[in-house]
Amino acid sequence: QFSKGGTNRPAIWIDTGIHSREWVTQASGVWFAKKIVLDHESDEGLASILDEMDIFLEIVTNPDGFVFTHTQNRMWRKTRSRNSGSLCIGVDPNRNWDAGFGGSGASGNPCSETYHGPYANSEPEVKAIVDFVKNHGNIKAFISIHSYSQLLLYPYGYTATPAPDQKELDEISKKAVAALSSLYGTKYTYGSIITTIYQASGSTVDWTYNQGIKYSFTFELRDTGRYGFLLPATQIVPTAQETWLALKVIMLHARDHPY
Amino acid sequence: DIDDVGHKYYLELVLEDVLDKDSTVNCTAEVLYHLGNKNIPPGVQFTIEGELKNTDEADNLFYNRIKSLEKELVAENIPDSHGNMSPEMEPIRLLAWAASGYVIWQNSTENTKFQLAQIKHVKQVKRSDEYLEFDYMILLHEMVSQEIIPWQMTVLWHPQHSVQVTQ
Repeated sequence: QFSKGGTNRPAIWIDTGIHSREWVTQASGVWFAKKIVLDHESDEGLASILDEMDIFLEIVTNPDGFVFTHTQNRMWRKTRSRNSGSLCIGVDPNRNWDAGFGGSGASGNPCSETYHGPYANSEPEVKAIVDFVKNHGNIKAFISIHSYSQLLLYPYGYTATPAPDQKELDEISKKAVAALSSLYGTKYTYGSIITTIYQASGSTVDWTYNQGIKYSFTFELRDTGRYGFLLPATQIVPTAQETWLALKVIMLHARDHPY
Repeated sequence: DIDDVGHKYYLELVLEDVLDKDSTVNCTAEVLYHLGNKNIPPGVQFTIEGELKNTDEADNLFYNRIKSLEKELVAENIPDSHGNMSPEMEPIRLLAWAASGYVIWQNSTENTKFQLAQIKHVKQVKRSDEYLEFDYMILLHEMVSQEIIPWQMTVLWHPQHSVQVTQ
């Protein structure tokens, strides 16, 4: 938690590493933490955000999976929970949320990379965040970070019905993507999850949006497939730097549009 | 939509040299996804407007380097977990990428999006003729299902001939 004081201030949530193989995200999370600590007074935008809002940053959102990618299988995506009645391990933490849970866009097969789990919030990694968000009660922006594909996405993934705030979310996305691009020319596409990437049920930001957190976004960071999950470490800092510019657009908008 | 046949897509695209971003070539293509039978790869026709860059020098350099190795080339995890690989491995990776393009084409439908994720293992196979032969074990990443699919492919190449994949 990054806070300049107050009690239960409106807050921004950022998570990285929910899918363990997406290593540029946890690494970017570390960079964001350092950035906030070093620049919270010198960076005007950041200072003004923190004057009114707190930032919560969860860096290794799927720790078991992350360890597994270091020790056994670099391509592991899911959690490492045991599935009753199956030899296959793990639940896709981005299909385990209570928004269209179990519908099209997730798999009921424990051996699948998009297995939604036995029931919503079955995964402690997910339940912990659900409980936190509900108890905090004052989160105004929620950003979940993935890789790869270079996309900025907003709800919904589980249904083709447009989100009520689609127009505003789309406008924010356009600005955020332009800011990101301004640094190194990295090209991003943006739109709702279902129209831009694919149908996905039980995803994080669909749930947070339905909880009333209007500014709910998912990022897919670099690259577009040349290295994919195995992005060279030399690209970590540039990726984090450009992504931070997009995050600031979203955070500033949240600060300027209280609800 | 073509009744009883399938779905045809008309594409205008720009090919960009991965090693030289400024080198581009325009291309038009027609892709036909066949109805029903999932075992038929999509039909592809294309026209390249202009010429692809000449790569004779680099090709010959790589060819001669491999030919002059004392022991057959063997390598794993290209790139490694951190996205790193030695410069000598770059042509090996590019060859895998070209060859995996063929594998991906043969296995694509309207509902798949494949990428080469990693070379797990590559082994050069000795040949009596002029061709280079490599046995690759690769990992493909399928975007829609998010699955990682291991695939074994044998690749033949010679500077004056195109890449051949015998699965």
